[in-house]
Amino acid sequence: MLLSRVAADLYWLARYVERAENTARLLDVASRLSSLPTTYAGSTNEWESAMTATGGNFLFDQRYDEANRRNVIDFLAFSRENPSSIASCLATARHSARSVRTAITREMWEVINDAWLELKRHSVDAMTPRQLAEFLAFVKDACLRLDGFAYRTMLRTDAHAFYNLGTFIERGDATARILDVKYHVLLPEGDTVGGGLDYFQWTSILRAASALTAYQWVFRDALRSWRVAELLTLRKELPRSIVNCSENTLWFLDKLANDYGRQGPAQRSARAYHASLANSSVEAIYREGLHEFLQRVIRENNAVGDAIEAQYLR
Amino acid sequence: MTQSFDEMNGTGGELRSAYKIVKDWLEGTPPDLMRQRAREAEMLFRRIGITFAVYGDNQAEERIIPFDIVPRILTGGEWRAMSAGLEQRVRALNLFLADIYGPGEILKAGVIPPALIYQNTYFRPEMVGIKVPHGIYTPVCGIDIVRVDADTFYVLEDNLRTPSGVSYMLENREVTMRLFPDLFSEHTIEPVEQYPNELLATLQSLAPASAPREPTVVLLSPGPFNSAFYEHSFLADRLGVELVEGRDLFVLDDKVYMRTTEGPHQVDVIYRRLDDDFLDPLAFRPDSVLGVPGLISAYRAGNVAVANAMGTGVADDKAVYTYVPEIIRFYLGEEPILHNVPTWRCREPDSLAYVLDHLPELVVKMVSGSGGYGMLVGPTATKAEIEDFRAKLKSNPDEFIAQPTLALSTCPTFVGEGVAPRHVDLRPFVLAGSNGIRTVPGGLTRVALKEGSLVVNSSQGGGTKDTWVLVS
Repeated sequence: MLLSRVAADLYWLARYVERAENTARLLDVASRLSSLPTTYAGSTNEWESAMTATGGNFLFDQRYDEANRRNVIDFLAFSRENPSSIASCLATARHSARSVRTAITREMWEVINDAWLELKRHSVDAMTPRQLAEFLAFVKDACLRLDGFAYRTMLRTDAHAFYNLGTFIERGDATARILDVKYHVLLPEGDTVGGGLDYFQWTSILRAASALTAYQWVFRDALRSWRVAELLTLRKELPRSIVNCSENTLWFLDKLANDYGRQGPAQRSARAYHASLANSSVEAIYREGLHEFLQRVIRENNAVGDAIEAQYLR
Repeated sequence: MTQSFDEMNGTGGELRSAYKIVKDWLEGTPPDLMRQRAREAEMLFRRIGITFAVYGDNQAEERIIPFDIVPRILTGGEWRAMSAGLEQRVRALNLFLADIYGPGEILKAGVIPPALIYQNTYFRPEMVGIKVPHGIYTPVCGIDIVRVDADTFYVLEDNLRTPSGVSYMLENREVTMRLFPDLFSEHTIEPVEQYPNELLATLQSLAPASAPREPTVVLLSPGPFNSAFYEHSFLADRLGVELVEGRDLFVLDDKVYMRTTEGPHQVDVIYRRLDDDFLDPLAFRPDSVLGVPGLISAYRAGNVAVANAMGTGVADDKAVYTYVPEIIRFYLGEEPILHNVPTWRCREPDSLAYVLDHLPELVVKMVSGSGGYGMLVGPTATKAEIEDFRAKLKSNPDEFIAQPTLALSTCPTFVGEGVAPRHVDLRPFVLAGSNGIRTVPGGLTRVALKEGSLVVNSSQGGGTKDTWVLVS
């Protein structure tokens, strides 16, 4: 048994930390691509697409004239007006952690609290490429350490389940968004990726999902667009793949149902969502259209999140 | 002001035996090492997040209370006398509260003027005639004590509402044990770590008869924005009870439930760290969003215990404080073991005359003031301030009490340049359950870090110390 508010704070703590890490990856990729000669990176605005991948266009356009390096870094890393910026995510996560201190371990609290204290030392005006890289490394490191401590120190009670539900709902959403931003460069045929430009676009997607070396290990093949899509959506081996996230979401919901002795709408919607992914194939995705497929994934994943909130967190 | 009593060196520089080892340690430890230990201590506190919020100060929205690494030491004999006095005082104050919210014998007997009670801001008419679980109004008390010489401890103030600071008592001990294990092993010191266990037993003992054998206890906090939130979460964790906010609770059919992931769960005992005013918008402040609508009605129905009870503030205000010795005699037929600071009630003509004649040497306080507000400190006041206060006193004497300027005892304290005496007070904690009244040996020592200062409040540059009670 857990207070609903405490369960909600744990769930959102995990979501916000996961979001901070994903945003850090997107910025990392944008920074890497923007440093390439245009013959390799193309003329697309990498900063803009990083911002688009977070779903922040509307908010961004209200506050900035141009999607240039400084503005996007400010918006995605530091702006407190953007609730999904790294700074906002870490501050919200710390606030959640602080109000549920009793439900997390001391180690988890210290990672979050340290990250929040460290955050104050950084600002957009001091961000040379090197400092940006260091800042992003710090963010990713803090998020990984939190994950590690959650894995190693939390009791396997319902609190742990809600924490993990937050992680996997957010992670599934992020992977779908990262892929969706680039769907226009994904060619439907099984072609090898041609030319420098495409190659770097592709690797940027894999990097954003922390899956570049994983691709080589899973396929032992040159980069092919449909395989990148397959890896990020349907391959269970990849920890950030959409199907892996849906499987874990279902697993933790089943554990809750088992502990509490009661199934509910959250379990049903997670089961249907996971089944649709587990029974899908990359061919089916292309028939449906990758963009359409990803939009559906984002919608259904959100619906599972809503069902979790309705069933447990209010 | 007379010279202060130093708890290590007495008044004449003679070493008091309780401090023998500490004195050797202080003299044998180079200042650099002390500084390093002090830094380690601060880092420990900051990492653990033992912070308090300062309202309206965004930049430093969370601060830590400075911790002084030199422990304060009380002997077993000093503690035994003090704790007997504390238990006596709390026993009498509970009988007093039951009386004034009941038959009012002490008022009828003419011991205390009824107006002092019935016109008191903290008197809660809602509590009249309510049967409080096991007759215990104040399960958790913090009694502030000051020392003026080797044998004299005075009660400065009773805190009977939602006293805080106990987390510092516990964490200070943890940090001292971590930093100075050797010093620790050279003494035999009464432990304090059993406090959470004793607190839980006290709270459980208050559960309504209808509650299950293992009653559900919760700690009700105003939430993370409250300055004492760290303490709330710390205690909930140590007690192993849910830390709830008002919105986590609801009342149905005069029973209190919390919202959980498995549905509503009935609550039997609420340890609340929320002021009376905010507890129940239906009974008290209607604009409060921190409380639980209907809580008082559930309390009145006897379905939930609330610690401390509502309306206990009437027994710890400054005007009633002056009557505590009489309260002890009236209900217990005993002489008080612990004395009040000598106090003149300006409402009494003889006292008023004395106070008006001696303003430059007295401290005059408003009965309803707190935190140093509306106060005259005679020895440091200007002529004009004294005359200004004289006029106020004459026009409204009932509102004031006066006390001599006390020479609070000092303890060796590590300050930037080295070790120097600084003034201290002590807040021991007293628990009162249906299973008896008890104390944990020690308490929170607060220290005024500024040289010569008597102000120990954390909001005004005060720090804390670990407080040792020797077994002998």
